Amino acid sequence: MRKTSVLERVRLFGRAGIDLLGTLGRSVIFLLRALFGRSSTGNGFQLLVKQLYSVGVMSLAIIVVSGVFIGMVLSLQGFSILAQYGSEQAVGQMVALTLLRELGPVVTALLFAGRAGSALTAEIGNMKSTEQLSSLAMIGVDPLKYIVAPRLWAGFISMPLLAMIFSVVGIWGGSMVAIDWLGVYEGSFWANMQNSVSFREDVLNGVIKSIVFAFVVTWIAVFQGYDCEPTSEGISRATTKTVVYASLAVLGLDFILTALMFGDF
Amino acid sequence: MQNRTLEVGVGLFLLAGLLAFLLLALRVSGLTVGADNTYKVYASFDNIAGLTVRSKVTMAGVTIGKVSAIDLDRDSYMGRVTMQLDEAVNNLPADSTASILTAGLLGEKYIGISVGGEEEVLGEGGTIHDTQSSLVLEDLIGKFLLNSVNKDQAN
Amino acid sequence: MSAESPYAVELKGVSFKRGERDIFKNVDIHIPRGKVTGIMGPSGCGKTTLLRLIAAELMPSQGEVRVNGLNLPSLSRGELFDMRKQMGVLFQSGALFTDLDVFENVAFPLRVHTQLPEEMIRDIVLMKLQAVGLRGAVELMPDELSGGMKRRVALARAIVLDPQILIYDEPFVGQDPIAMGVLVRLIRLLNDALGITSIVVSHDLAETASIADYLYVVGDTQVLGQGTPAELMDSDNPRIRQFMQGTPDGPVPFHFPADNYRDDLLRGR
Repeated sequence: MRKTSVLERVRLFGRAGIDLLGTLGRSVIFLLRALFGRSSTGNGFQLLVKQLYSVGVMSLAIIVVSGVFIGMVLSLQGFSILAQYGSEQAVGQMVALTLLRELGPVVTALLFAGRAGSALTAEIGNMKSTEQLSSLAMIGVDPLKYIVAPRLWAGFISMPLLAMIFSVVGIWGGSMVAIDWLGVYEGSFWANMQNSVSFREDVLNGVIKSIVFAFVVTWIAVFQGYDCEPTSEGISRATTKTVVYASLAVLGLDFILTALMFGDF
Repeated sequence: MQNRTLEVGVGLFLLAGLLAFLLLALRVSGLTVGADNTYKVYASFDNIAGLTVRSKVTMAGVTIGKVSAIDLDRDSYMGRVTMQLDEAVNNLPADSTASILTAGLLGEKYIGISVGGEEEVLGEGGTIHDTQSSLVLEDLIGKFLLNSVNKDQAN
Repeated sequence: MSAESPYAVELKGVSFKRGERDIFKNVDIHIPRGKVTGIMGPSGCGKTTLLRLIAAELMPSQGEVRVNGLNLPSLSRGELFDMRKQMGVLFQSGALFTDLDVFENVAFPLRVHTQLPEEMIRDIVLMKLQAVGLRGAVELMPDELSGGMKRRVALARAIVLDPQILIYDEPFVGQDPIAMGVLVRLIRLLNDALGITSIVVSHDLAETASIADYLYVVGDTQVLGQGTPAELMDSDNPRIRQFMQGTPDGPVPFHFPADNYRDDLLRGR
């Protein structure tokens, strides 16, 4: 085997760094062009509706089902712990705050990356490999405006809505378990929740989180599809990358956002 | 046409999202839309330890409002608490008592109001003068210890 | 459109690098207006890159690419998209939009670039489909078509805006003899009937030579030769002869450049 010298390793490291910067730069230009470039087609609204359907409506089932179950589990777990301190009434508050601040935005973003994000990457990658993107460009239609932009906007719009739906059905699932099964008094369940949940600090901050996640996840998904190697192997690699990168980005950003929003500094 | 189902689906989705937002705002966080149906009452305490903004204000166990602000009165060095009370309960006698209570042993702090006997009622911007401060566990233990020491010395 | 030049597409001193590797070095190609020009060469010699340079999907590292007198590298993104309306490209796979049926595929450029009334769009689409012999397939989806039919639908789409330049990327690859014959005839026919400039990028020698008025042979970052098919057949350039006659080893070596074979085997010891 040929030995790699230290210098060669440094060179490879530098190469990787340059490649990374190059990809970042390309993805930023890609995003700016897609969102702010000149539009070449008039029927943008139709395209957006179509994408809202395949990105948002199609993700609804998984979001609702996971939301209900997570709410129910939170309620069960919370109850058994809170009961030790004799404050079972606080279970509503616990479920609501956990969902609104953390699980709603984060789990929605993770599910969205797996469900809609990977589909977006695969779809665009497939269009690239079958030369549909090139052929759009040759017809004189900018694929960034025609293919990419509606998908980006659909993702930006869908995910915050999905996150709110997730929180609502989660709280509903939690209330079912707590009130109907564990026998928490209904009035104190809701009153406790309403007293401790602040609209601005909890609901709006959660929505802001999910807007940020929507931006990052959709951007990663669409860019990976657009930038992938146009072979079936390249597409499958890009799809995996979408899910991994998007999940890591969501969890990392969640920490930063939580520190900014709820940390006292 | 296929386009129609698509648009209906998207429309329902957007509506569901909007509905979720409204539910979160009104049902979960208890946001009231027209905030006009409350009035402001002040009370000063020696120690408000543990009381926070949005703590409840109750009377006979029923929530009638919440704490909207807490600040320090520069002149008297007391904690001044601003409460928003329901307009429906506008017949509180002016000599009512406000005390800071704890729900359970370790639960959250809230303000309990007990009724006085005067004819005059508290209006917008009124002040409750008769207040009872938060029970601070450390002080209580401190007092208890001191008492027993004193007793020992007396013996 | 500047009529002063007899050439629709001109590449002047074009170099192109991919990473460290030279794909083209100082290449000059002139494509005459209204003729069928074949660009040929062994696989991997950069024919598709050349096509993408003409279509301005790639920009040369050096030199000029002029289409109708416009220098592509100096155009803005918006101007490029306008320029491309005068150009049709038939991709190797056809590249039909999989979510639209045949009619909508062909109608797509019209819907995007014109405000024509629906009846007129219908007439134009049917005319173009008739030209490629697929008017009967108007309601099918792309995945219901055979490879050759896909290419013909794509051809109808490429000519629906009446472009001045039509580029074919490997039109003959993977076609059965009948489909191939149909395509050869169509390319010639469309060229003569519509008076467009056709560029056929291919490595299928016999078919390309049979329709092209003029041929370029590219390979090894250079233009190896040019001329009419007959001229090239008689060329005494060994590289061209190797390509035209299809011998496995010659100036274009059978072996990819490597270290000495014997040394390489012994190194493992």
